[in-house]
Amino acid sequence: MPWTRDDMAARAARELQDGFYVNLGIGIPTLVANHVPTGFNVQLQSENGMLGLGPFPYEGEEDADLINAGKQTITQLPSSSFFDSAQSFGMIRGGHIDLSILGALQVGANGDLANWMIPGKMVKGMGGAMDLVAGVKRVIVLMEHTAGGKPKLLPECTLPLTGARVVDMVISDLGVFELARKGPTRLVLTELAPGVTLEDMREKTGATFEVALAKAA
Amino acid sequence: MGKVYPDATAALAGVLRDGMVIHSGGFGLCGIPALLIEAIRASGVKDLTVVSNNAGIDDAGLGLLLKTRQIRKMVSSYVGENAEFARQYLAGELEIEFNPQGTLAERIRAGGAGIPAFFTKTGVGTDVAKGKETREFDGETYVMERGIFADLAIVHAYMADTEGNLVYRKTARNFNPMMATAAKVTVAQVEHLVRAGELDADHIHTPGIFTKRIVVCPPAYDKRIEQRTVRKHAAAAAGPDHLPR
Repeated sequence: MPWTRDDMAARAARELQDGFYVNLGIGIPTLVANHVPTGFNVQLQSENGMLGLGPFPYEGEEDADLINAGKQTITQLPSSSFFDSAQSFGMIRGGHIDLSILGALQVGANGDLANWMIPGKMVKGMGGAMDLVAGVKRVIVLMEHTAGGKPKLLPECTLPLTGARVVDMVISDLGVFELARKGPTRLVLTELAPGVTLEDMREKTGATFEVALAKAA
Repeated sequence: MGKVYPDATAALAGVLRDGMVIHSGGFGLCGIPALLIEAIRASGVKDLTVVSNNAGIDDAGLGLLLKTRQIRKMVSSYVGENAEFARQYLAGELEIEFNPQGTLAERIRAGGAGIPAFFTKTGVGTDVAKGKETREFDGETYVMERGIFADLAIVHAYMADTEGNLVYRKTARNFNPMMATAAKVTVAQVEHLVRAGELDADHIHTPGIFTKRIVVCPPAYDKRIEQRTVRKHAAAAAGPDHLPR
């Protein structure tokens, strides 16, 4: 049985390390916050100008001046700090954030990422996604393996790119792939979700890949 | 002449003209200069180019100036929350220049700091870099982006003193400090005004040199919340309510 959204988030959380500063995208990546291992000090960054995001406020305690990048009301923690957008993206572009986990429309076998526009549809903008993938040390894509039955992991993206050769790892409902951002293209299947066969994976993946299943997931 | 004006209309008197470029602070509806936007709407000034991370929503923020067709062009990173924006854009009535959010922030910072252009790796290999100069530094490719200096900046701050020193509050800071530095005239709307000397000089975010005019928000000023998200109190809490975003 493929992984649920929560299973995917839990798998992504295994990539966290104690002391990490992490930026989580909107959607499934948000769920990763629920799976931070106990005892780990992981600080979440919000690109609108905050480090140390707390949980949603209790009803009646919402503060219009305290929101995350999804514009939702949140709270601060004893560790929190606030800063302006230029410093926030200095942090991101300057390589100070350890990990970015975000969603995708398409990922190329070469590590290209497309997640901001579909030609012919209303374009809302890239927000901070291009800066995040260009600057953060490690980029993990968390996505459903297919969309409308069509593979999203392809030899190369057909949609306009968010970044070229920026993805280190893809975690989907079917398994985990590792990619190379430099040197020759390398797409390696390292884990299969329980009950997913190699044949299933080949059928639902648009690109050819190497197989290096280290252990049962 | 002091920097404090009696209302938003007075604070903008003599600086508005058709076709001007305006920096407008805020992220979503957080930290937007709503009073000053309303005064710009009332002035009827048009053909504006507005630099702002977002474009408001249909009935608030820059959405008000879109409704009255006073904006000709937006420079933004994300405009997803505004149906009127989408309508005008698809009808070809409104021009939009999308900038990656960090590039936008840095373009404004650079504009205010006298830096005409800079190189960034954001957007390299994407449509954003098309037609722009690229250069290699230390084996990596970077794209050149230009600083932006506006005719007018409108910002929202939490506190000001009579010298124009500004302090922002929490995530309402966002684009406001850079924008305050990057325009011929900066007008700040503030929630609280104190006498010079009453703010801790070590804790000032925007030094007064950047602030030309100040207007104090009325007591009933409403800071809108775009996405009200809450969790249940501990007794009822079950499941994943620790969702930071």
